[in-house]
Amino acid sequence: MTNIDYGAVARDAGLPRVGARPTLPAYLRELWRRRHFATTMARFRVEASTAENRLGLAWVVLDPLLQAGVYGLIFGVIMPGSSRPQPFVPFLVTGFFIFTYFSKSFSQGAKSITGNLALVRSLAFPRMLLPLSAVLRNLYELVPMLAVLAAILIGFRQYPTWSWLLMIPIVILMTMFNVGVALVAARLTVHLRDIGQLIPVITRILFYMSGIFYSLELVLAPPKHPAWMLALAQLNPVHDFIELSRGALQEAHGVPGRLWIIAGVAAVSMLGFGIVFFWRAEERYGRE
Amino acid sequence: MSELGKPTIAVDGLHVEYRSFASGKAASDRRALLKRQRGLRVVHALKGVSFVAHEGESIGVIGHNGSGKSTLMRTLAGLQAPSRGAVYAASRPALLGVNAALLGDLSGDKNVTLGALALGHAPSEVEGIRDEIVEFSGLGDFMDLPMKTYSSGMQARLRFSIAISRDHRILLVDEALAVGDKEFRAKSEQRIRELRDQAGTVFLVSHSMKSIRDTCTRVLWIDHGNLVMDGPTKPVVRAYLRSK
Repeated sequence: MTNIDYGAVARDAGLPRVGARPTLPAYLRELWRRRHFATTMARFRVEASTAENRLGLAWVVLDPLLQAGVYGLIFGVIMPGSSRPQPFVPFLVTGFFIFTYFSKSFSQGAKSITGNLALVRSLAFPRMLLPLSAVLRNLYELVPMLAVLAAILIGFRQYPTWSWLLMIPIVILMTMFNVGVALVAARLTVHLRDIGQLIPVITRILFYMSGIFYSLELVLAPPKHPAWMLALAQLNPVHDFIELSRGALQEAHGVPGRLWIIAGVAAVSMLGFGIVFFWRAEERYGRE
Repeated sequence: MSELGKPTIAVDGLHVEYRSFASGKAASDRRALLKRQRGLRVVHALKGVSFVAHEGESIGVIGHNGSGKSTLMRTLAGLQAPSRGAVYAASRPALLGVNAALLGDLSGDKNVTLGALALGHAPSEVEGIRDEIVEFSGLGDFMDLPMKTYSSGMQARLRFSIAISRDHRILLVDEALAVGDKEFRAKSEQRIRELRDQAGTVFLVSHSMKSIRDTCTRVLWIDHGNLVMDGPTKPVVRAYLRSK
């Protein structure tokens, strides 16, 4: 066993290198082949997260509803103001539910690799399945939330119209966006655990910037403020997803068409960037 | 070594380094947020290991605790990236280790489903192989309990059963049998010999020289990250025992 060229032995026998990052198309094919892992894991997570509570799955809806209630109490009853459109309850609940989908995808996506190290270290599979499954879990949780939202809207005499169907493309675009964000956050958290501490702060800033318990459009209305300020605020895709949802669900709520363009561009570019960014570090997940 | 089959794994000058946070005197570096992590210590776990493994070989890996055996297994499986050198393999090696539960808060049953899907089984196959897995693990009564409530032996049995539900050409067994009871061990060793006979390659990390002698045709002795000896089971085990 002296001077053997082991690399040459491998080449002669036609052995590929272990753990080599596959090309992007091959990687995505493998991802598609194992998609059932992501969907099944997302479903199990939803069930497991609430299994120990008496009310079980009801908490998926109850938790954001209670939080929306707190904000509704503070900003709708205690400190009502001109920046809050009527009827306030459907306005607030729509904003809160859509924002919850984003914020939980973001925080759970960021933890999806570092929180599942035992799994990453014992089985070989495309790591992208983990952040993907984190977003899917929240997509599953969004469905009952939207059902409750529909009930609330009807309670406030906002009856179903054909425009409610616009929620389908909105949720698709938002899912693409959330997956992109989750992928970027997952890789960054692996490199630098400190990111995990920053995520609640970033989420909080976005929460206040996205016009959830007040209307950005009313606060930054043109006569009082220059038009570019509102245009700038509307570049925030999270705000746009919320506004588009309100526009789809409430007849009186008008939404400028350019929000669709911003939301679409943000969804496609975030997803594309997220996939490439995450894939480039595939070999490094699970180290240390 | 002319009677051996085709090469299945070639390991070429493998180095692995771990970076880890240390505390105490040895690690009292100056703090700097962006340049260097505080107390970072580099552990050189493998220092240039090379060998070739062939079809139909079962290879024991022995050495003291901390000698780099598990690191070697993880690197062979592609779960740990080498810092220098490379591992080439005919197919992706499957590793059976002693790490924690797959997903502790989910039931054994759900872990079986997820494990099978992660291994690349189609959803339609999962129902079929579930019985096989549960049967082999012998944990039929516990499948609806969360996996974190299992004893370490039970966890190892379930993981082993999931992992061997798929036919692997290269199987790495890292002390996964050490925690199982006698009956389960015999059953698993039988399964390992079957795999080897189907022209597979099996690596077995163990501190039990009896297991090594019973199942292995060749032994690698690793000490402090170096490959000390590589050869037929008998002389290597004898040299290892004498070294203590």
